[in-house]
Amino acid sequence: MKTFLTTTALIALALPALAEIRIGASISATGPAAFLGDPQHKTLEMLVEDLNAKGGINGEQIVLVAYDDGGDPNKARTFATRLVEDDEVVAIIGGTTTGTTMSILAVTEEAQIPFISLAGAIDIVKPVKPFTFKTPHTDRMACQKIFEDMQKNGITRIGMISGTDGFGASMQAQCKDVAPDYGIEIIADETYDPKDADMTAQLTKIKGTEGVQAILNPGFGQGPSIVTRNVRQLAIDLPFYQSHGVASDGFIELAGAEAAEGVRLPGTALLVAGLLAADDPQKPVVDAYKAMFEAKTGTPVSTFGGYAHDAFLILTDAMARAGSTEPAAVRDAIEATAGLAGTTGIYTFSPEDHLGLDLSAFRMLEIQGGKWTLVE
Amino acid sequence: MSELLQFLLSGVTVGAVYALVALGFTIIYNASDVVNFAQGEFVMLGGMITVMTYLAGAPLPLAALVAVVATAALGVAMNKLAIEPARGAPVVSLVIITIGVSIFIRGAAQLVFGKQIHTFPAFSGDDPIRIMGATILPQSLWVIAGSVAVFIGLWLFFTRTLLGRAVLATSNNRLAAQLVGINTPFVMTLSFAMSAGIGALAGVLVTPITMTSYDVGLAFALKGFAAAMLGGMGNPKGALVGGFLLGVLEGLTAGYISSQYKDAAAFIVILAVLFFMPQGLFGSKSTDRV
Amino acid sequence: MRMTAKSATLLALVILIALAPVFFPSGFYYRVGALVFVNALAVIGIVILTGWAGQVSLGHAGFAGIGAYACALAPVHWGIHPALAVLLGAAISAVLAWLVGRPILRLKGYYLGVASLGMGILIAMVLNNERWLTRGPDGIEVPELGLRAVLKDAGLDLSNGQFWYFFCGIVLILGAWLALNLRDSATGRALRALHGSEVAARTVGMDVARLKLHAFVISAVYASISGSLLALQNKFITPDVAGFMHSVEMVTMAVLGGVGSVAGAIFGAAVLTLLPQLLTIFAEYEQLVLGLVMVLVMIFLREGVVPSILRKIRGSGE
Repeated sequence: MKTFLTTTALIALALPALAEIRIGASISATGPAAFLGDPQHKTLEMLVEDLNAKGGINGEQIVLVAYDDGGDPNKARTFATRLVEDDEVVAIIGGTTTGTTMSILAVTEEAQIPFISLAGAIDIVKPVKPFTFKTPHTDRMACQKIFEDMQKNGITRIGMISGTDGFGASMQAQCKDVAPDYGIEIIADETYDPKDADMTAQLTKIKGTEGVQAILNPGFGQGPSIVTRNVRQLAIDLPFYQSHGVASDGFIELAGAEAAEGVRLPGTALLVAGLLAADDPQKPVVDAYKAMFEAKTGTPVSTFGGYAHDAFLILTDAMARAGSTEPAAVRDAIEATAGLAGTTGIYTFSPEDHLGLDLSAFRMLEIQGGKWTLVE
Repeated sequence: MSELLQFLLSGVTVGAVYALVALGFTIIYNASDVVNFAQGEFVMLGGMITVMTYLAGAPLPLAALVAVVATAALGVAMNKLAIEPARGAPVVSLVIITIGVSIFIRGAAQLVFGKQIHTFPAFSGDDPIRIMGATILPQSLWVIAGSVAVFIGLWLFFTRTLLGRAVLATSNNRLAAQLVGINTPFVMTLSFAMSAGIGALAGVLVTPITMTSYDVGLAFALKGFAAAMLGGMGNPKGALVGGFLLGVLEGLTAGYISSQYKDAAAFIVILAVLFFMPQGLFGSKSTDRV
Repeated sequence: MRMTAKSATLLALVILIALAPVFFPSGFYYRVGALVFVNALAVIGIVILTGWAGQVSLGHAGFAGIGAYACALAPVHWGIHPALAVLLGAAISAVLAWLVGRPILRLKGYYLGVASLGMGILIAMVLNNERWLTRGPDGIEVPELGLRAVLKDAGLDLSNGQFWYFFCGIVLILGAWLALNLRDSATGRALRALHGSEVAARTVGMDVARLKLHAFVISAVYASISGSLLALQNKFITPDVAGFMHSVEMVTMAVLGGVGSVAGAIFGAAVLTLLPQLLTIFAEYEQLVLGLVMVLVMIFLREGVVPSILRKIRGSGE
C-alpha cells in the first residue's frame, strides 16, 4: 500500500501546474456494458485531443482523466470519489449504465460538481438534482416513440421480448408503464439472458399468443441480433420493433440484412447522416462526428458514442460561455443552454429540465435493403 | 405439438453448445483433476481467431483450422507456463491459476481483437429446416453433429487407445503412472492441446449462432461447467448428456413456465440431481484417501 | 513477554488502521481503505469456510446480496432502522445457509462448487427479476445509516469517507478478533482437523456434518455483513453485489493472501482492491496484469502470500 501511495503522490507532484481544465470520466469501457461504453471512451479521448489542437477552451488546455468502471456501480463510486478528491476535476462525464450513474451522482451531488450522465433511466434527472444532467433520451421516450408509430399503424396488442440486463429490463418496465397511454396492451411479455444462444422458445410463445399484432425487443449487444434472426427462422410475419439499443450499422451486419429487413426502431440523426436534409440543424455536427470517429477508430459510429459526444459538447460549450470552470457557474451555463445541436438531438436545458430533449429528437427508422431509412 | 417441438429444438440447439463446451472440460480434468476455468476462453478464441482470419481474406475452412491449431498451441503454452511450474500445488491453487489465465486471455483478447461483436456466415446458409411445424437452423445441426463427433472421438480415445488410458492413469496416480513408463509431462501437454482444440472447435461451430466478442468466454465456461457437473465431471458421456439436458430444460422452462427463471430451473435441477447423486448422473464413485 | 500470533495480528491491524490515514494525500484514500476493510470482512468468512473447514463455495456473494438488499429494503418496507437491517440480513443469511448447507455440504470439491454456484445465481436472479421489490438490475437506493450525524452532534465531525473508513475498520477488527478466537476454540481446532482429513476426523468420532454446517453459516454471516456495509456506504446497490464475479473475487482474495490465515485474508483483499486503482495508469492492461499476478502468486507463493512469506521469515523450522 505504501508504494502505491508514494507512486500516486509522485505523479500528482509531477503534473504541471499550468492553466488547464481537468475533466473526469468514469465509463464502462469493459464489462457487460462495454458495447455501449467503448465508443464513449474513444469519443471523449478523440474530442479532447481535437479541441486541444484547436486551442482548448478560452485558451486553456483540457486534461481528460478517464477511468474504466467495468459497469460495476461500486467501482464507479470509487472512481467518482477519486476524480473529485484526488484528481480534483471540475466536472464529470460518464456513467454508461443507470447503475453506475446513480453511484456517481451520489458523489458529485455531495461535492457539488457538474455531472453529465450517458445513461437512459428517467430517475437520473427526475426529480431534478442540482448538478446532474444527462444526454440520452429516456427509455420512456423510446417506448413513447415506438408506441406512437404503432398507433399510427393501428397496432393495439403486442408481444415484448426483453433482455434481462439493466437496459432491457428498464425499458421493459417503462414500456409496460406507458403503453396504456397509447391504447396498447402487452399480451405477451418474455425475457432472455444477454448471453443466450437461442430465443426461439420465447418467440414461439409470443407467436402462439392469440391476437399479437407486433413484437418489440428492448435490448443491446448480440441478444437483439439473435432475436431478429430467430424471428425470421420462425417465419413470424409481424411488424418487428427494436430499441435504440441496437442503433448502429453493426446491428444490420450481425443480424444479417435479410433478417433485419423491415425492422423499425427509434434512432437518432447520427444513424441516417446521409439522409438528413441539407438544412437540418443537426447535419453539420452529425457529419463531422461521424467522419472523425470512423476515420479514427475504423468502426461505425453508434448512438452511444454520440451520447458522449453531446455530453462533451454541452460541457465545453457551457464552460466557454461561463468563462470559468467554477462548478456553480458551469452548472448555470448548462442550464442556460438553448438550441444546441448535438448528434442525439437539439438540447435546451433549464433549471427545471436537466434532460433537454423532447420526443422530436427521435426519428423512426426502418431497415430496408440493409440500410437505415427514415419512416415518415 | 409444434410448440413443444420448437421448445425442444431450441433446447437442443442451446444444449449442443453446452455439451461441446462441457466436453472440453473432461480431458484436462481427467489428466489432472483440475477444472480448467479458462475453457470458455478457448471457445472465445476459436470464434475470434476464425473471425479475424476470415476478415483478413482466408476462406472459412482455413480460418477455422487456423483457429483450432492456434488455440491448441495456446493451450500447450498455458500448460507449460502456468500449470506445470505449479505442479504439486493444491487443487484450489491450480483452479485459481486457471481463473487467472482466463482473465489474462480475456484482457489480451480485448487488446488484440477490440470490443466489437463479430460473427461469420453459417456453414450451410440461414434457411431454416422445417420439422413438423417447428424449425431449426442448419448451423444447429452442425453444432449437434460436432458435439456427437467429439463425444465419440473422446470415448474411443479414453477406452480404446493406450494414450487415452495413459491420461486416465496419470490422473489416478501420477507417480504410479510414471513408474509404469508413462511420459506424464507429455500426457499433460497433450491434454491441454486437445482440450483447447475442442474448445476452439466449439467456438468455430457456435459463433454463427451465438456471435462472439472478447468477453463471451465466462458465460460459456459457467454453463459448460454446470453441464459437466450435472453429468458427472470427467465422463464424456456425462458431458454430452448433461449439456443436452441443461439446454432442453431451459427451452422447456422458457416455453412453459417463465423465461425469466429458465436459468433458475436449470440450477434447481442440478441441485436436485446432486442431492440424490452426489457425483452427477454418470460420475464414478470415489473414496477419500485417508 | 512473548506475544501470541493472535494478539500480534490484531495489534498490527489496529495500528495499521489507526495510523494509515496519516499518510493519506487526499480524501479518496479513505474510500479505498473502507473498501479494503469491507472486502476483507467477507474474505475472513471464506478463510473460515475454505481455509479451516476445507469447503469451497462459489456462491458466497449471494449472502452479500442478502445483506445489502436487507439494508435497502427493510428500512423502507418495514420501517426498521438500517442498523437493525444489518442484523436482519445476517439472520436471514444464517438461516438460509443453515437450510441450504445441510444438503449441499454432503457434496465434495467441485460438486460443492457447482451447488453453491447455483445457490448464488438463484439469489442474484431473484434480485434481478423481482422488480416490484428490488427495482431490478438498475439498482436501488439505500437509506443513510445516520450514525455519522449522531457523531457530529456528539462533537466528532467526520467526512463521509473518514466515517466509513473508521467504521468499517472497527467492524473488521471485531470480525478478525472473533475469527481468531474461533480458530483457537475447540470448534476451530476440530474444523482444522477436518480439513486435514475428513475420514480421519470422522473416525475419531467428530460430527463432521455439523462442523461443516457451522463453518458455512458463520461464513455466510461474514459475507452478509460485508454486503450490508457496502450498501450503506455506497447508499446505492445493484444485483451485481450477488453476482458470480463477486463470489470468485472473494475466493481469489482469500487464496491469494493465504487461505488459512486471517492476516492473509486482509492482505489478499487489500491487494485485489488496490490493484485496479493502481492499474488505472495503464487501464488497457488492467485485466492482463491482474490475471498475471494471480498466476504468478499461485506459482511462486502457493500457500498464498502471507503464509509463504511467514514461512520464509521463520526459516524451514516449521
